[in-house]
Amino acid sequence: MPLPIGPVLGILSDNLRKRGSVLPLSRRKATGWSMGLNIPHGGETVLYTGLMYQLIPSIEALAGMMALFENSAITRLFGVGRFANRFINLSFFMAMTVSREMSRENDQVLRNIAGMLKLAGVEFGYLYDQELYSGALIFDEGMDESFGAHARRVFNMFHKNGVRSVITVDPHTTNMLRDVYPKFIPNFDIEVNNYMEVLAEKGLPVIQAQNKELVIHDSCVYARYEGIIEQPRTLLSKAGVTVREPELAGKSTHCCGGPIESLFPTKAHEIAVNRINQLKEKGENIVTMCPICQVNLRKAAGEGCTISDISDTLAKAYLS
Amino acid sequence: MAKVSSLLAAELKQSEEFNAEACFHCGTCTALCPLGYKIIPRKLFREVMLGLEEEVKESVPEIYSCLLCRMCEEYCPAEVHIAENMRYLRKYVNKKEFKLL
Repeated sequence: MPLPIGPVLGILSDNLRKRGSVLPLSRRKATGWSMGLNIPHGGETVLYTGLMYQLIPSIEALAGMMALFENSAITRLFGVGRFANRFINLSFFMAMTVSREMSRENDQVLRNIAGMLKLAGVEFGYLYDQELYSGALIFDEGMDESFGAHARRVFNMFHKNGVRSVITVDPHTTNMLRDVYPKFIPNFDIEVNNYMEVLAEKGLPVIQAQNKELVIHDSCVYARYEGIIEQPRTLLSKAGVTVREPELAGKSTHCCGGPIESLFPTKAHEIAVNRINQLKEKGENIVTMCPICQVNLRKAAGEGCTISDISDTLAKAYLS
Repeated sequence: MAKVSSLLAAELKQSEEFNAEACFHCGTCTALCPLGYKIIPRKLFREVMLGLEEEVKESVPEIYSCLLCRMCEEYCPAEVHIAENMRYLRKYVNKKEFKLL
């Protein structure tokens, strides 16, 4: 049996409403990346992680479980599971197999981004444990009432902290705040910039040129929703990287399959394999800029193929 | 005989962004879709506009497996908001079938 869509979405929506996040995330896991960086609390401009990089290991653990459940008899129990999840946080147990290595790697992404912004002279703060998830998954699945209520909570969080402008680090959070929130919150007045837009404009000097070739995988949301195409190429090229373009790139980029990983894991994997094959035609070292793309493509990559977040290469060039 | 629901299209048309009626079935979206479904989204949009609620419900897995990647939209000659239309269909199914808001 395929995964039951209604109960799975119900669990995610209940979690967002009752617990403020689609999946559990401890305070330590949410804010641990910032330890020792001395980022001020709050301020007019804040780095808003939207918890995406921190949540990915939990989402992956959940997706792994879902792949096991798909086409098994367990799918019949999801209705009961949703009922029980209202009282006991079941997704906490489902996400117990979270990869520490992945958490460490994603924390480093955020540390690198914060470090580069500091070096570029950007003054920013961070909301630490007050920070909330953007609600992107709930919006994508069409649960607009739950999403709208959550978006207002996020807006109030910014408002009460006096935030006027945010710097985002992933495509989904960027799109939610820049294009979706204003449709749900008429007085949404917060300026939204993505870190790659900020860094490309600031123009950091290169400390250690990265003389290598990387095949670029554009995120669908960055490229087609937000028009962020040139900035990653500018930053990589200035860093000394030769950017190899797959046949489907920029506005014509091909999806990684990640958005349907929780409900249709088999189909998601097929799409990732197709995309990996396209990318491999240009080389074995691939650069991504979205944590969802990265994990989904990695599962399809096979040996000898590396997939790294763009911030890793940029940090080696601009921070080292 | 197909059962027609006048409420289906009326409810979806509450959003100005839902513009399935602009689709003229050229098939560009089908050719580009990474999912490789042969009929989605154009057949689905036709069913919605005709008010064929039961047929739409049969396409629930396809509605939720849309990647919202907008590859189809990038080349759609009729500028149909395909991804947003699919999301609106999810919203409709969530409410009617799954009792989710």
